[in-house]
Order: sequence, then structure tokens, then C-alpha cells
Amino acid sequence: MISVRHLAKHYLVHRRPPGLVAAMRSVVSRTYEKVVAVDDLSFEIAAGERVGFLGPNGAGKTTTLKMLSGLLHPTSGEATVAGFTPRHRAPDFLRSIMLVTGQKQQLLWDLPPAETFELNRAIYDVPRAQYDATRAELVELLGIGALITQPTRTLSLGERMKCELAAALLHRPGVLFLDEPTIGLDVTMQSAVRGFIRSYNERFGATVILTSHYMDDVAALCKRVIVIDRGRLTYDGSLDALVRELRPDKRLTLRFTRPADRQDVEALGGRVVTCDDDGAVLQIDPHSVRAVIERALGSLPIEDLKIEDAPLEEVIADLFARSAAKGAP
Amino acid sequence: MTATRTLRAVPTLFRVGFAGAVAYRGEFLIWILSTNMPLVMLALFREVAREAPVAGFGEKDFAAYFLATLIVRLMTGSWVVWEMNTEIRSGDIAMRLLRPIHPFVHYAADNLSAIPMRAILALPIALGALAWVGASHVAHDAAHWAIALVALFGAWALTFAAMLVIGSLGLFWESSLSLYDLWLGLFFIFSGYLMPLALFPSWLRGATWWMPFRYTLAFPVETMLGLESVTQSLRSLAAQWAWVTSFFALALVLWRRGVARYAVFGG
Repeated sequence: MISVRHLAKHYLVHRRPPGLVAAMRSVVSRTYEKVVAVDDLSFEIAAGERVGFLGPNGAGKTTTLKMLSGLLHPTSGEATVAGFTPRHRAPDFLRSIMLVTGQKQQLLWDLPPAETFELNRAIYDVPRAQYDATRAELVELLGIGALITQPTRTLSLGERMKCELAAALLHRPGVLFLDEPTIGLDVTMQSAVRGFIRSYNERFGATVILTSHYMDDVAALCKRVIVIDRGRLTYDGSLDALVRELRPDKRLTLRFTRPADRQDVEALGGRVVTCDDDGAVLQIDPHSVRAVIERALGSLPIEDLKIEDAPLEEVIADLFARSAAKGAP
Repeated sequence: MTATRTLRAVPTLFRVGFAGAVAYRGEFLIWILSTNMPLVMLALFREVAREAPVAGFGEKDFAAYFLATLIVRLMTGSWVVWEMNTEIRSGDIAMRLLRPIHPFVHYAADNLSAIPMRAILALPIALGALAWVGASHVAHDAAHWAIALVALFGAWALTFAAMLVIGSLGLFWESSLSLYDLWLGLFFIFSGYLMPLALFPSWLRGATWWMPFRYTLAFPVETMLGLESVTQSLRSLAAQWAWVTSFFALALVLWRRGVARYAVFGG
């Protein structure tokens, strides 16, 4: 469904130091510097996949999504999406994709979202019966029945994002690029949007690429992640394998019935991450889980315990740090 | 196929565009009322012509000219150059680029759908002007009025296309509003907005025939007032539409090339 081969995007950026003299000098002479936003990027995504697209700020994620949605022309390399070359921006291509970004909106600010829906029905030439059915389905899935008849400017950020998603999906695009769709939303709204994206993917078999700084989004939606840094691919594979590779240790969380000595906690083995009167968190070797738990149950006032993988935020932070260290001069 | 789909979308584009114009009714009314320069010039030139006609224009001739100028300006104004510049600088234009309809069509529908709102103001002015200056100061025959109607639409199309050209340059320069200021300066002088072109020296008046500005204002005004013969009006109409076609063609080329190099700013 999506094929990216040696994709690159370079920008020329005008640089100047601060101050009046530099400003005056820039009137007659400007210094331009080439910035490599995406560099020799290649990957394939099958139809119906949900893929997390990760990287630190400035890694080239949004630039890549803009190239895949036809907004930017690549400097070199090739990309095909649903059989189309995005930069040609063929109308049938634009009808088959959608880019939803948490920072840009298509809803008409002073009109109710229902007007934008109607506008999109006309622009995407959606047959009336299909439009009515899809709209009813989206309104129900997102719970926005009461919102779509009031002016967009009166909606909260989360309500706007839900209406934005509905407007973007009325023509049932087969490929969905989601760039930080949950940015600024509260936890409940984030969860609702995640649930909706999953439902849309399962219901219509849509291919989804998601960028997000909220790892809960990625963990909930994406089995596969593509990680880029400074425009280059640093990882492409399953999220589980990434966690196992980078942070194979398990995270053991203990809750105490009464305060315990830190020395007793340290004696269990592994690294003590936190320890206080209520409980402790340890990082332990995956092969010694059983032994550590048995020791804990025997020597500490355990009320409850939990064993899990390292938090995804830490895993990704590790990956970025390793990548930065590799790239450091 | 694409053209058919676009045509099918046009009624909804107009309907939603009109809803937008109504939503901004306060701002829209103030914007329309800011088009008051013809009234200032009317007062000025009536005073000048009080003693004797100037270049054949008496008091009522000036009144007819500047009221017609006000009507044409109200009906043919466009704001697309500001809209394009704002959207290009912020990156919001990405939302238009993602849609399977040419942004020029969408901009045109938005601008044209505001015309009924403008007509609400322009029509009483037209009727009042007719009552004041008398029917003898406007064209009497159907041919003039038929040409005037097409010329009025041509004036809007030329103004709009010129704005598209300048707006599209924003894709190269990030902002092209200063160029529009230059256009506007020339428009004020050579379109007949500040004074009838008949008041110019003959060589300068002749030069305005080879510039686009006359066809955005003076030509439809002069046709409405019957100041040109039908034959001459038809020649002007051909020249006007040649400008319209050229500007649209240039805008399309600039747009296509500009989009290919545009960086789509913002997240």
C-alpha cells in the first residue's frame, strides 16, 4: 500500500545571527544552509497495517508524512501510496488519503462542523446515501451528535479534534496519516480518539501511519513501529521486539502492607528504581523473575505486586539517546 | 471526469461560502463600507465642476461616474490575495492542497458567494443614484447593458486573477503583499478609481488601454454610463477577457511551480 524508496528532502534555510547589524546585512547578502530533513529513507507498509512513526522533535516525521500525502515534493527518491505518486497530487489519490494533524484544522471556524461535512461531501463527491450512512456511523462512534450543529469556535479542543476526525473520514480514505492527533487532549479524550482510530482501521481496513509523542497512543494502536532520527531510519519492526532488544529487563512493582527496609528490597536482586514506605519498583533480569518474586514474598510485607515491561517512554528515550550518541561528532 | 465532479461540487461551495459570508456579517459590512473613496472623489469633483464642466463632465456626470464606480467596486472586490498570503505563511494552505479540487475553484466560489451580500448594499445605491442623476446619465440601450454585465463579471475575474498571480508568488517569496500594494497604487491611478480617465492627457489615456487596470473598473463604468460606443465597448470587452485569460494562465503556472517548491510551514 505504501512504498518508500531512498526518499530524501533537503531545505535551504536562511540563517543569520540576532541583532540590527545582522538584520541590515541580511538585506544585501544572505547565507543559506542546506538542512537535511529526510535522508535515504526506505520502508514498505502493507494494506490495513497500523504503524507508529516515531522520532525525536525534528527527526523528519512530519516532513515524511507531508511527502507521502503529496504536500511536499521529495528532493530525491520515490514514494508510492495506494498505487499513486503522491507529488502528482492526482484527484483520485487525494480522494484515497487523508492527513489529520493535531495542529492544523479544516473545520470552518465560524460555521458548525456539519457545514464542513457537507462541503467535504461535495468536494469528495461522496454519493448521498454513502455520506448519510458514514456520517451517522462516525457521529455515533465519536459521540458528536450534539456538537456538529454549533459553531466550531465554541467547541473545546477535544471536541474539535473529534469533529476534525469525522470531517477527514467522511469520504472513507483507505490511507490515513495521523500527525499528533491527540496533542493537547485530556486522558479521556485521548483514549476516545485511540479507540476510534482502531475501530476505523478495523471497520474499513484502512492503512494507518501515526506519529505521536504520547507512547500510550503507539502502544494501544501499533504493533509495528518505524523510528527515524535526523531523517534516517533507525528501527523498523515490532514494538515488542524493540522493547525486548533495548530493555529486556522486567519492571517489578511491589506494594507493602507496612514500611519495609530498603536493604531487604535491595537483597532481592536487580536494580531498585524507587523505594518508599508504600512500596518499591525494581528492574530485574527476565530470567530471575520467579526467584525474585519468591524471595520478595518470603522476606517482605507484600500486599500486591505487578510485573511488566519497561515503560515505552523509557524505551524510546533510550533509543533516541543511543541514536544521538552514534551520531555525535 | 474531474471537471464534472468539480461542477457538481460548485453549488455546495457557493452555499457554504454564503453561509460563511453571513457568519462574518458585521466584519463584512465594515469591509464594504470601507470602500468609500468614490464618495470622497464625488464630493471633490462636484465642487470642481460647479463653475463649469471639466473635460465634458458636469456635476451630475461626476455623480453618475463615481456612484457607478462605487457599485462596480462593491460588486467586483476580492480578498483572495490576503487569504492566500495568510494561509501560505501559516501553512494552513495544506488543508486546501489535500482536497481533490483546485484551490482556485474553492477561492473563487468563496469570493463569488459573497456577492449577494454586496448586492444588498449596492442595489439601493444604484437605485438612489438613478433617481438623483436621472436616466439621461446612464446607457439607454440593451446592448450597452448586456456588455456591461459581462464587463462587470470580467472586472471581478480580472481583479481575482491578478490577486491569484500575486498570491501565488507568495509560494516563492513567503509574502507577496508588498507587490499587491504596488498593484493597488497603480490601480488607483490607472483604473479610473480616483478620476475619470477622460481627464488624463490623451497620451496617458491611450496608455491605459494597454494596461489591465482600466478593465477592472473604468471600462464597466463607462459602459454602464454609455460613454463608449457599442463597437468600442465590444473591443474593450475583448481586451478585458484577453487580460483575464492571460492572468489566469499565469496564475496557474505560478501556482503549479510554487506548490512544487513550497515548504508547507508549520506542524
